[in-house]
Amino acid sequence: MAILSTPRSAVQLASKGRPLKEHLFRIALMASLAIALAFLAMLLLYVVEKGWPRLNSMLWENQPSIRRPETSGIQSGILGTLWIIALTAVMALPTGILAAIYLEEYADRTKWYNKLIELNISNLAAVPSIVYGILGLGIIARWLQFGFTVMTGAVTISLLVLPIVIISAREAIRAVPPSIREGSLALGATQWQTIYRQVLPASIPGIATGSILALSRAIGEAAPFLMLGAATLVRFNPEGVWSSFTVLPLQIYSFISRPQEEFSILASAAIVILLAILLLMNSVAIWLRNRYQKRW
Amino acid sequence: MTSGQRRLSAVATAALVVSLAAACGGDAKPGSDGSTSSAAPATEAGATLSGEVKIDGSSTVAPLTQAASELFGEEQPQVKVPVGTSGTGGGFEKFCAGETDISNASRAIKDEEKAACEAKGITFTELTVATDALTVVVPKENDWATCLTTDQLKKIWEPAAEGKIKTWKDVDAKFPAEALKLYGPGTDSGTFDYFTDEINGEEGASRKDYSPSENDNDIVTGVSGAKGGLGYFGFTYFEENIDKLKALEIDSGSGCVAPSVEAAQGGKYTPLSRPLFIYPSTAAVKRPEVAAFLDYYASNINAIAKDAKFVPLNAEQEAKLKADITSLKSAG
Repeated sequence: MAILSTPRSAVQLASKGRPLKEHLFRIALMASLAIALAFLAMLLLYVVEKGWPRLNSMLWENQPSIRRPETSGIQSGILGTLWIIALTAVMALPTGILAAIYLEEYADRTKWYNKLIELNISNLAAVPSIVYGILGLGIIARWLQFGFTVMTGAVTISLLVLPIVIISAREAIRAVPPSIREGSLALGATQWQTIYRQVLPASIPGIATGSILALSRAIGEAAPFLMLGAATLVRFNPEGVWSSFTVLPLQIYSFISRPQEEFSILASAAIVILLAILLLMNSVAIWLRNRYQKRW
Repeated sequence: MTSGQRRLSAVATAALVVSLAAACGGDAKPGSDGSTSSAAPATEAGATLSGEVKIDGSSTVAPLTQAASELFGEEQPQVKVPVGTSGTGGGFEKFCAGETDISNASRAIKDEEKAACEAKGITFTELTVATDALTVVVPKENDWATCLTTDQLKKIWEPAAEGKIKTWKDVDAKFPAEALKLYGPGTDSGTFDYFTDEINGEEGASRKDYSPSENDNDIVTGVSGAKGGLGYFGFTYFEENIDKLKALEIDSGSGCVAPSVEAAQGGKYTPLSRPLFIYPSTAAVKRPEVAAFLDYYASNINAIAKDAKFVPLNAEQEAKLKADITSLKSAG
């Protein structure tokens, strides 16, 4: 809206005699926005309304139960998801950000191998998640003998989000004006000091936002876990990285395929919890961006 | 500390907080689900066991094994029993790779799966734990059909029916010309394997112009929403949707038989009642927690089956299961 309204007088001058087109364009823009928001609102309303009877503390206090859907919880799924996300953050974020720094600050973009790497990273970001599941099953679970554990899940999901982290971190680093780097170098700082003291702090809002969006994508993944054979009924919480586990999307998937109506209500309640975790993470992203944003 | 370093450390702290939150939440609270044991009395199991019994396989058998896992957990809270639902075939693949201890199956193990197990040196025992009555369903508003012969079912589902049998009138001249809308499980399912084998005479041979789904609830929705709908799945899904669906009686030559617990148990509901299996690996049974779980499963089998809404074993089958477990443990 801000962009639309600032140059209004100029646009009005230019579009004199064509107010209809101008209006239609604005309506089209608003309609697009409204459609996106309306679908989100409908989804939220639907799941909250359906899951309402089960949105209580039993959800996170109890373990899932196939026998008692009315008191069944999703504790193992909530904790499994948090474990996976935390481990993924620990593995994928440093690797991704360091890779991005290399590609932006050190790599010679005219060299063929760097071009090849860039092309491959873009391609990897578009690979369907089930393919990462197959990779995780074949290489991490079986060849590396990690088994069907939290570690296998986290490594697989790290690989899945790594390209997204790299791409968003590169964008953020590229957005730092060259004058900042040049000023720092001119004052006698080394390249490392320039990156550590100037470029990285300046790009943190962008990197943080991109990273959290990447992790948010990881939260909703079910396909790779299905492939990895994470069990659907797990009545214990993960106790470490070598523990069996389940995640929320898998629990939701198994609930909706049960015949009893109570399970589909429970699935809706679990979806609300999943969305709440997602919204919480996205709010942290917005907060980080606003807190550290710098204008030149 | 420069302002840049301060920002970096703020982000690092945020990441740390997230990971700590996950780590601290890991306290296990066995039996915190407020449910008190009812279906099975706690038998004196002696020492408290620990460890993990890994189970995967058929999604049809899973609810039964999951119910067993839940009840067993009340007796042995330290033993973890995760149950996966990779399907009968997917379960055997993991089982024969030595990745699981017990495999759930809605059909008997195939020769090529046996060979895969042998290649890895994995031996196993087949145990029948429950019976399922595959139920052929139509919507409530279907007022013309109450019983189909197996020949008529074959006429509907055989590969040659594709594109030819389009209305109920094509099945039987007495039926109205209502369009036939077919729903069934997808080709990865053990239910599909069993049905095609029994009805069409060849495993996996089926017409392809039906709506397949891995989620039986989709079949319920599809059939109940179309006047000429017809589908098939396990008995439990029919029982839970008895207000929307009508189960057809099946005539395999000796009269029409409706699917029911008694008919399936007594072997009268043929050919669509089938045994459901679990396959424990011989090596795993040597571990006390696996042996204890199997023992519990067999001793309380019919309480578990009733609880999970499965067709329980008859007296003869139950005695065989218990004898099998005993000999399995002594062999180990």
